Amino acid sequence: MTLPKHGVFMLGRLVQVSKNYRSVIRACMEDMHQAAVSARDPALHSQYSTQVSILSAMELIWNLCEILFVEAAVAGPLLLRLLDWVRLHVCDVDNMVREVLSSENPSKHELFWNVVDVFVLQGRMDEARHLLSKEASANPTSVNMCRILDDLMKKMPVPSLGNTQTLTEMELKWQHWHEECQRYLQDGTFASNSHMESICKILLGDENAILEKKELMTTWYHFLVTRLLYSHPTVKPMELRFYAQSSMDLFLGGESSPEPLDTILMAAFEFELHQVIKECSIALSNWWFVAHLTDLLDHCKLLQSHNLYFGSNMREFLLLEYASGLFSHYSLWQLGVDYFDHCPEYGRVYLELHIERIPLNTEQKALKVLRICEQRQMHEQVRSICKIMAMKALRNNRLGSALSWSIRAKDAAFATLISDRFLKDYCEKGCFSDLDLIDNLGPSMLLSDRLTFLGKYREFHRLYGEKRFSEAAKLLLMLMTAHIAPCSFWMTLLTDALPLLEQKEVIFSAEQTYELMRCLEDLTAGKSDKQKFQDDDVETMKVEMLRLALARNLARVIVKEGTLEGS
Amino acid sequence: DGTSCVSVCARCLAKSDGVISIQDNRISIWSVGDLGNVGLNGEYQGEPQLLCDIRHNGDVMDMQFLDQERIVVASSTGNVTIFRHHQNNQTLSANQRWEKAHYHVDRDASCGGAACTGVICSNPEIVTVGEDGRINLFRADQKDAVRTIDNADSSTLHAVTFLRTTEILTVNSIGQLKIWDLRQQRNEPSQIFSLTGDRVPLHCVDRHPNQQHIVATGGQDGMLSIWDIRQGTMPVSLLNAHEAEMWEVHFHPSNPDHLFTCSEDGSLWHWDTSTSVSEKPSFLHQGGRSTTYFSHNTINQSVVSAWLSNDPTKDRMEITNLIPNQTLSVNSLDILGPCLVYGTDAEAIYVNRHLFA
Repeated sequence: MTLPKHGVFMLGRLVQVSKNYRSVIRACMEDMHQAAVSARDPALHSQYSTQVSILSAMELIWNLCEILFVEAAVAGPLLLRLLDWVRLHVCDVDNMVREVLSSENPSKHELFWNVVDVFVLQGRMDEARHLLSKEASANPTSVNMCRILDDLMKKMPVPSLGNTQTLTEMELKWQHWHEECQRYLQDGTFASNSHMESICKILLGDENAILEKKELMTTWYHFLVTRLLYSHPTVKPMELRFYAQSSMDLFLGGESSPEPLDTILMAAFEFELHQVIKECSIALSNWWFVAHLTDLLDHCKLLQSHNLYFGSNMREFLLLEYASGLFSHYSLWQLGVDYFDHCPEYGRVYLELHIERIPLNTEQKALKVLRICEQRQMHEQVRSICKIMAMKALRNNRLGSALSWSIRAKDAAFATLISDRFLKDYCEKGCFSDLDLIDNLGPSMLLSDRLTFLGKYREFHRLYGEKRFSEAAKLLLMLMTAHIAPCSFWMTLLTDALPLLEQKEVIFSAEQTYELMRCLEDLTAGKSDKQKFQDDDVETMKVEMLRLALARNLARVIVKEGTLEGS
Repeated sequence: DGTSCVSVCARCLAKSDGVISIQDNRISIWSVGDLGNVGLNGEYQGEPQLLCDIRHNGDVMDMQFLDQERIVVASSTGNVTIFRHHQNNQTLSANQRWEKAHYHVDRDASCGGAACTGVICSNPEIVTVGEDGRINLFRADQKDAVRTIDNADSSTLHAVTFLRTTEILTVNSIGQLKIWDLRQQRNEPSQIFSLTGDRVPLHCVDRHPNQQHIVATGGQDGMLSIWDIRQGTMPVSLLNAHEAEMWEVHFHPSNPDHLFTCSEDGSLWHWDTSTSVSEKPSFLHQGGRSTTYFSHNTINQSVVSAWLSNDPTKDRMEITNLIPNQTLSVNSLDILGPCLVYGTDAEAIYVNRHLFA
């Protein structure tokens, strides 16, 4: 079966991704190991060491999944990859191997044959043959046997990487070779040397012979692979399940029960992907492994898309769980955002809910959160976060900050609130606070009417301060006639007009004076009788004074305008 | 001194303890190795080594070296701390702390602190600004603040830098650049500059190392503004730069024709005006050190800094993004000689030791 070109390319990339994950796990293992070694506190040391073994188990599982699931469609014999897997992960024997190889006279070393056995069990024929040659040169009596054994090892057919032979060819060759080994064994060629005899039996796939070397294999999955190497080298992935359970049973022999790791690996050998994921979820305390492995398998299109009962599929469910966990971390929440982005069904909803609950202890953090919301058109959240920040600022009396947040959210209502606060301050204190802000509002003044009024009102005060009275007068009038000023403020504005009316020089024109009078009448007419009754003396006096001043101004201006200019 | 530590505020030098949700912020000193350790292609060999670190309470908002051994750190809790780096045994210790240098209304309330957003040093003086709109002037080894300007600004002050020895520049979240004269007793800025158009918050500010009237600021919209503070109240040029907040802007201290900016959008830009064809005599290209030979008048006429020139056809500026595959925000950067350091939200620090290679 040939994959379409694109398919092969994708597969290659997925395998690469899987390898990247594994190298990350390995890097973490290295770091943990360093930390464990350098830890002085024994409790810390044991904690780190536990972490190392957990990471090691994770990498073991991931590697197996990569071989069985991700690389499954790639050409290349399964057995060879499984052998690599075993060699990589069963390293309890490495020290022994090193010891023997580095000794003066390897063949005289007491563990010599153990090492040869290890090589044979792991299918490392070249290395085994190399050691055998040392034995041959050291021990002349066994030269003949060594030569024969060496020959058998050399001739052992292995599934090749390239497609140079068909399956039938391989099986035929293997059958031949198997029979040859059988003959040598039955002839008693190796009878005088028990070590070599047992090696020959191993080559023949004799289960008992292999099982005798339990300590050298240390795990049942090593036993499984060795068994397959010497009895079914052309095993296909789907056939593994027939050998897996029996291997474990034979190896454990009823003495010990399987551990969680064993159950997971067994599920993998049996190609029960969902079982693998389930067992991993139970065994591991953190969603990282399961979420990422499931995601990878999903990309390989290996997970059936049967929906879980609440709608989303397995991959999305796990990613959502994992990402939600990230949000409780003070800096990893940013990664959580990316994960939610890749969950098509519920990602957005989860993001919307989580992002509003991130604690915003500094403005900078709030800005980062806002940027994320804006990039995803989450306008509701933008408004709500800006409002929270603005309220906080307001409570702390930071009116400029509050305004800045309203501008970001384009929140006119809040801008009005802030302006009212400024105006209230003005009414209470008689002067403006935060002039640097009000004087420099710029175009943001247009965000809300109240804000515009505030800016213009301040401008009025400035003009008055600079003695540009006619401009100030015009502005003041405009604030009322154009209804920029809120009705509640008209009294204040009219009161502000008093000094202008009292100036020696006439400032308001007749037209303008009539306007002012109309404003005053509108204001007083608007009050109900009850309100008029409640008005205290100050209020009534103010109104009276205004009326008087307006009347006087009117008189003066009529005279002035009636007089001929010049001469 | 074999190690070269560059003052960088990588806001995410935060290493998690392995327990989710406990915040563990640290100040760390790294060694970027000896200068002699160069590989075949002139590339730097080996990774930065962690020399020592110390826990820090709150987020690190800004930091600066006060002198060879002391670092001033601004915290999100409102504290300002001086840490001392003991080179002999490679440890860090907190030397002096001003608690709640920045605070909102009620200083004694448990959450009364306000984040200190910026710090600048000129040994022994330290100036800090914060979200409370306050400016503090401290002196190292003096317990109380020398001067405090309460409510200097009604909005958040985002950054501060020295203009002259007695004058500072601040930027705030309503788009204003202010000059403060610390000699004067009144609590008003001596000058206020604003952006044209929308009052986009300004996040960073830096002054040209040699020509003190040239100031650069970065805004929330990623815009780079160049100001000539001798004239006008508006920027001289506005350059559309990043797609998100510009967190820091720095002129190169010895090659000020080069400017560096970093942003929330994950990019770090190198602005190079050294290739621009202005009427500068060639020997004045190296940042103005030889300008002392000329009288003041000649300088003003013939040395028009490339930064202030608005003729796009005459002056070409080369802009390069120094980050090949950008992901998360670049929060901070610093430069010294040929060495550039920057930190990102991806909890990584990058060191580039051959900036002008």
